[in-house]
Amino acid sequence: MTAAAGETVLEVDDLRVSFPTDDGVVQAVRGVSYRLGRGEVLGVVGESGSGKSVMSLAVIGLLPGSARISGSARCCGEELLGASDKQLSRVRGRRISMIFQDPMTSLNPVYSIGYQIAEAIRAHHDVGREAALEQAVELLDLVRIPNPRERLRSYPHELSGGMRQRVVIAIAMANRPDVIIADEPTTALDVTVQAQVLEALDTAQQQIGAAMVLITHDLGVIAGHADRVLVMYAGKLVEAGTADDVFYAPRMPYTLGLLGSLPRLDAKTERLTPIGGAPPSAVNMPPGCPFTPRCPLAQQVCEREEPAAEPTTSPDHLAACHFSEQLEGREPAELFGAGWRDDVVVPGAEQREEAR
Amino acid sequence: MLAYAVRRVLVSMPILIAATFLVFVMVALSGDPLSELRTRNPPPPPRTFELEAQRLNLDEPLLTRYWGWLTGLFRGDFGPSTQSTLQIGPELFARFVVTFRLIALAMLVALVLAVIVGVISAVKQYSGTDYTFTFAGFLFLSMPSFWFAILLKEAGISFNNAVGSQVLFTIGDSSVFVEGGTWAQFTDILGHMILPTISLALLSFAAWSRFQRASMLEVLGSDYVRLARAKGLRQRKVMTRHALRTALIPLTTVTALDLGAIISGAVITEIVYQWRGAGSFLLESIDRNDVYAVSGWLLVAATFIILFNLAADLLYAVLDPRIRYA
Amino acid sequence: MPERITEHAPAEREFTVAQRSQGQLVLRRFLRHRLAVISLVVLLAVVLLAFVGGALWRYDVATLTGDYSQPPSWGHPFGTDAVGHDSFAQVMRGTQISIGIAVLVAVFSTLIGTIWGATAGYYRGALDTVMMRISDLILTLPLLAVAAVLGHNVGGSWWLIALVIAGLYWAYVSRVARGVVLSLREKEFIEAAKALGAGDARIIFRHLIPNALGSIIVNATVLVAIAILLETALSFLGVGVRPPDTSLGLLVSSAQTAVSTRPWLFYLPGLFIIVIALTINFIGDGLRDAFDPQQTKVRE
Repeated sequence: MTAAAGETVLEVDDLRVSFPTDDGVVQAVRGVSYRLGRGEVLGVVGESGSGKSVMSLAVIGLLPGSARISGSARCCGEELLGASDKQLSRVRGRRISMIFQDPMTSLNPVYSIGYQIAEAIRAHHDVGREAALEQAVELLDLVRIPNPRERLRSYPHELSGGMRQRVVIAIAMANRPDVIIADEPTTALDVTVQAQVLEALDTAQQQIGAAMVLITHDLGVIAGHADRVLVMYAGKLVEAGTADDVFYAPRMPYTLGLLGSLPRLDAKTERLTPIGGAPPSAVNMPPGCPFTPRCPLAQQVCEREEPAAEPTTSPDHLAACHFSEQLEGREPAELFGAGWRDDVVVPGAEQREEAR
Repeated sequence: MLAYAVRRVLVSMPILIAATFLVFVMVALSGDPLSELRTRNPPPPPRTFELEAQRLNLDEPLLTRYWGWLTGLFRGDFGPSTQSTLQIGPELFARFVVTFRLIALAMLVALVLAVIVGVISAVKQYSGTDYTFTFAGFLFLSMPSFWFAILLKEAGISFNNAVGSQVLFTIGDSSVFVEGGTWAQFTDILGHMILPTISLALLSFAAWSRFQRASMLEVLGSDYVRLARAKGLRQRKVMTRHALRTALIPLTTVTALDLGAIISGAVITEIVYQWRGAGSFLLESIDRNDVYAVSGWLLVAATFIILFNLAADLLYAVLDPRIRYA
Repeated sequence: MPERITEHAPAEREFTVAQRSQGQLVLRRFLRHRLAVISLVVLLAVVLLAFVGGALWRYDVATLTGDYSQPPSWGHPFGTDAVGHDSFAQVMRGTQISIGIAVLVAVFSTLIGTIWGATAGYYRGALDTVMMRISDLILTLPLLAVAAVLGHNVGGSWWLIALVIAGLYWAYVSRVARGVVLSLREKEFIEAAKALGAGDARIIFRHLIPNALGSIIVNATVLVAIAILLETALSFLGVGVRPPDTSLGLLVSSAQTAVSTRPWLFYLPGLFIIVIALTINFIGDGLRDAFDPQQTKVRE
């Protein structure tokens, strides 16, 4: 599928986003860089508030006006940050399209499905209404919506969440974009529907040969779909590498923790090992590694210096940890297991327990 | 759609009938239609009282009177007035035509202004323009309608004095005698309507522009507007096709709900500008304890409000597919 | 084993924002709404002036000062009318009455309307239908016209006018209250309370009302402003407060023919109406933001 291997369709360099709020400046994204090759699927993992959605919205210029953005994001060589609305509107939907989290609210309730797909096509191609609707039928068929022709005249409220998300995927595919950014595309759906929608997304993506950024907090979604994986924490990349690197040889305690909180059928561990505490507030971020308060490996240096993302097992496998080599061969339960939780007071966890 | 309309009409009918009963009883119990006769000096002979009471059906029990009135309505008979020469039906019609003219124009002006101002405020949220509009909106919301109307009337008089001719009319709904044809009559009426329309429109405008701003803001922050932009639609198209189109829907309901307040406002405006409209008729009738006239007045107003709400509901269903198929 | 430092990690590494109670949060957000805070101060000043200043003032409403149609001066800060009444005393008295009516209306219609609407919304079904039809009945009639009919015949004393307005306005409140309760009763925490076996009374008083309180308070605040304007309109039409009592509406009404000759009689009471209504509306806006921060979060 990777027709022109090595060709970069999206290149993000030192992207920083912050929002002024009443409590101070929120640093949502703090210097993220990545490249996306043609046809490649890049998984982005992180907890809520880790800046993964903000990062993707910044790329296509859909953040509110109050956001302060710096760095660079180029799509097929064209700089997107700071581009005019006119320039951006040519890129959006044509070269980069987006799929949002909640299909229940992503479609305009007052227009028919057909209208909303045709509208996406006609925004970039000079075709008539009928021709656009014809294409819409094909697109609906592509995302496996039964009776696509009849569905054109349906309104969003007449479809289930899974069906609506397929329509959103069809809209994203409409102009055969180079990049699809899918922001938690299955999070709002029932578990039973999630797999079907992911499959539809996969097929459609492969059919048109688009690259994809798959954003999720669910490692299970990434596994088996992504070629490469980025792990984000507190607005920063903390680990990056191929799916195999990240899943089988993690070099950052946070990644290991994420893997430990994932249920597995192949291992005989009796219980999941959660990561205690919560991510730091994005206002007035202290110096040092943001994961320090929750990290079982933390030492004094972690509080002072924020580690840079350095190559580990291979030049392309990056991890931001002072002690990444200590993680070799460690199991999540060893680090985050009962021993570590019992004698260490995690202020965040304690507070939350009290709140219950 | 048709079934929906029919169902709505059927639901409205009992409310209207109950409203007429409530109104009739309330008016009949609260005043003495013969009070004007009693204050006459020298007092009229007892026979006059008897005859008048008989003419106004005061000798019958209340329920019989209500029934008589209700059935009379279907024959186009609004009942006897305390003024023996007054025909309530035709008079109500003539007066309400004048008032509805004012209400229709004022609502139109208020709606257009409210949508424009509300949308600008929302799109430029937290800008100087937004703050100015917001403050002006609150100011109009907090102003007694008659105070503003009197002020505007004074301003109109000053304007006429400054120009040196009667450009703005400040008294009456039309001139008693107009030379020329239909066109002259039309412009004369329009000239009389300018100031009252502004007075009445600004009050609804204030509330509606605030509402439209909120509704527009909600839509602008919605996922589907974000998706519309992510599709690559230009800003203008996103604003008109997606944001405005959807944000206008709730305004139909609000407009309909405010109709009662607008009729109330029209009564006040007409009094300030001394129109011979429905407002002065209501107050005169209340003053004379004219049970049939007041009941008739409230009946017409209530019917109008119910019909208007029905129309708004149907329009809502046309605009919003979620209701259409529900 | 690596050295563990979590015990002596500085506190600000974790949540720097301390937990606050709901009340403190609301207060904090309200204080951030500058216009609302200024409005509150101004309104309190006006109320104080009317009730304390009016009582201490050397003239009474009925005093005939012997100065006729005087423009504002040190002796008569608001001037005098053609009969010789001191306008300051009149406006202060009018403000007292107008505020009294407005507060009475707000309290009564909020109480009746909330209970009515909440009951209908909570129990749904036939009870809801009947109760809301009764509300609809009142909403079908132009409020001012019905109030005029009633006001004309109950006499011009201020509290009767207040009861007339409250007797009609509760229907509007009931609509709002029902809407709030309908949306709340679908919320998960109500379902959770039901699942735990909580009775109707407990759900209504411990869950529904506290959560609806924000909307109720905001609505009641705005109602005060509406009631002030409605009272002035009724008095203007001659069916509201009548002499010997006075109100701001009555003062403006009796001065309407004197706008050009004795403008102070028209503008000053009008200004008081606007200041009171405007400050209350701003306070209402501040409260709305404070109780429902989501509404203001939308920034584009």
